[in-house]
Amino acid sequence: MTSQTTPAPIIQMQSIEKHFGSVIALAGVSVDVYPGECHCLLGDNGAGKSTFIKTMSGVHKPTKGEILFEGEEMHFDDPRDAITAGIATVYQDLAMIPLMSVARNFFMGNEPTKKIAGMTFFDRKVADEVTMREMKQMGINLRGPDQAVGTLSGGERQTVAIARAVHFGAKVLILDEPTSALGVRQTANVLATIDKVRKQGIAVVFITHNVRHAMAVGDRFTVLNRGKTLGTAKRGEIGPEELQDLMAGGQELVALEGSLGGTV
Amino acid sequence: MSETTQLKPAADERVKKMSSFRRALIRPELGGICGTIAVFTFFVLFAFDSGMFNSQGVLNWSTVSAQFMIIAVGACLLMIAGEFDLSVGSMIGFAGMMIAIFSVTLGWPIWVAIIVSFVLCVAIGALNGFIVVRTGLPSFIVTLATLFILRGFTIYFPQTLENKTIIGGIRDHAEGDWLASVFGGKVLTGFFTWLGNNGLISTFERGTRQGDPVVDGIPMLIVWAIILVIFGHILLTKTKFGNWIFASGGDAQAARYVGVPVNRVKILMFMFTAFCATIFATCQVMEFGSAGADRGLLKEFEAIIAVVIGGALLTGGYGSVLGAALGALIFGVVQQGLFFAGVESSLFRVFLGVILLLAVILNTYIRRMITGER
Repeated sequence: MTSQTTPAPIIQMQSIEKHFGSVIALAGVSVDVYPGECHCLLGDNGAGKSTFIKTMSGVHKPTKGEILFEGEEMHFDDPRDAITAGIATVYQDLAMIPLMSVARNFFMGNEPTKKIAGMTFFDRKVADEVTMREMKQMGINLRGPDQAVGTLSGGERQTVAIARAVHFGAKVLILDEPTSALGVRQTANVLATIDKVRKQGIAVVFITHNVRHAMAVGDRFTVLNRGKTLGTAKRGEIGPEELQDLMAGGQELVALEGSLGGTV
Repeated sequence: MSETTQLKPAADERVKKMSSFRRALIRPELGGICGTIAVFTFFVLFAFDSGMFNSQGVLNWSTVSAQFMIIAVGACLLMIAGEFDLSVGSMIGFAGMMIAIFSVTLGWPIWVAIIVSFVLCVAIGALNGFIVVRTGLPSFIVTLATLFILRGFTIYFPQTLENKTIIGGIRDHAEGDWLASVFGGKVLTGFFTWLGNNGLISTFERGTRQGDPVVDGIPMLIVWAIILVIFGHILLTKTKFGNWIFASGGDAQAARYVGVPVNRVKILMFMFTAFCATIFATCQVMEFGSAGADRGLLKEFEAIIAVVIGGALLTGGYGSVLGAALGALIFGVVQQGLFFAGVESSLFRVFLGVILLLAVILNTYIRRMITGER
């Protein structure tokens, strides 16, 4: 495992708490992520997965707890700070803007510029070239850089978003349920992309509630339940059934599984 | 394109191939281009002899079109950024009235009156934007409130201060003012005199101005319209900020997550819309020499119609400034052309409605082809 060869974690979330008014969304969650590993964050709906990764990516500020990035304590005021530090997030529905071209989406918020007569312009030529090259590397052949994202499939959109994050120097890539709305083949493509990214030494935080997807690419697994961590397990130390039980809080699912004939 | 087709993986076999001609044709402005061609063809066939295409005729419809263009550019960029401004018409009335009050009633030099009015109106635009992004209310409602508030003040101030709703006498104040001529003057007068002297355009045949060309220059209004269209087009398609405008209107949340300052973009676009409305108002005040409380009525809808004819999506994230300019041109040409063609003027609205409907249907079809919407 890559995490053993590079022992220093790139990001450490220490006893993170997040309260929204009287609701305690996170009650002390600690997770370490190492470069080059795919860290799966599992949990049922309402477990606090989204709140947790939004804290990691600078959308929310933790009520209590510390975020150490490359060993130093960080305070992110907004997502831009986190992106600058090297933490990129790909959100499930919000990865891309369908009305805009792939090239415009790819460089959204990070547009390359050139100067003409002292004025700054968007360098479309560079944007188009880089987009085509990066897309080809990820195995997506575009009709042209001006093709609208709306014409791509869901899996391709996720892949474009991942390629974008990697291109802009992400050290930690957070993927928020990238496979939950996808078909089988598209899911396989996205999982393959995750593997490519991990091999480049980037830490991947993969949020999902699908144990099979997690088992396919994950190096380590952390299960969240009702705002708390139920521990982290390495690949091979835990089986899919056990993960499934942990996610749903154990006993309830055992009872349910009985009534459904073990199909959950 | 054959090169990419060969490299395409199996998943792409369902994407239809497109000829390069068709790709060049499918642009957001296509609806506007077709409309412009249709409208000009129509009037060349039915009103060619009416004087619509001699120098005065051309000046007539191009001035009206330029008016629409000025407010359409602002409305277009704002609409692409995902917001509306219904207060444009009231803003035109208000800005004009402020210039009149500052210069005529308060006796300020006209350039001070113009600059202060610009600052005031752009600040109101910023307030519109600030309220919209802060409260998250639809801009439709917020600017509807501004529509009434500004119109109310536009009637209240002159009535209270001067006991009338039209303030005149601005032309005397504007005489020789450097800034007034930027809005009320004419350019290329020498060129038009030359054209007149060489018999290329018609000249006055008698009277004190005998021998002078009937059209003696291009009004600054048209110059402003051209400058704004070029500026808007370059801003939208060639700059980083233009990409942010598309992103803010396309999906504000997605744009925020990648670090686009969506709120700033939207507020700036509200300010730009107010700026365009004030340019319109200043040109109008300088042309008429007066400001009236009912100026600019319904202009917000005319601006929106021009923008929509030009291919912009009402919900934001898609559109073109050149398209909006063509929409404004269609609007102006139809409005004035029907007059030249001797058509009953009330039919103008019927015409406009039909064009709007056809343009929107065509635009929706084109947009779906480009963006793969269903």
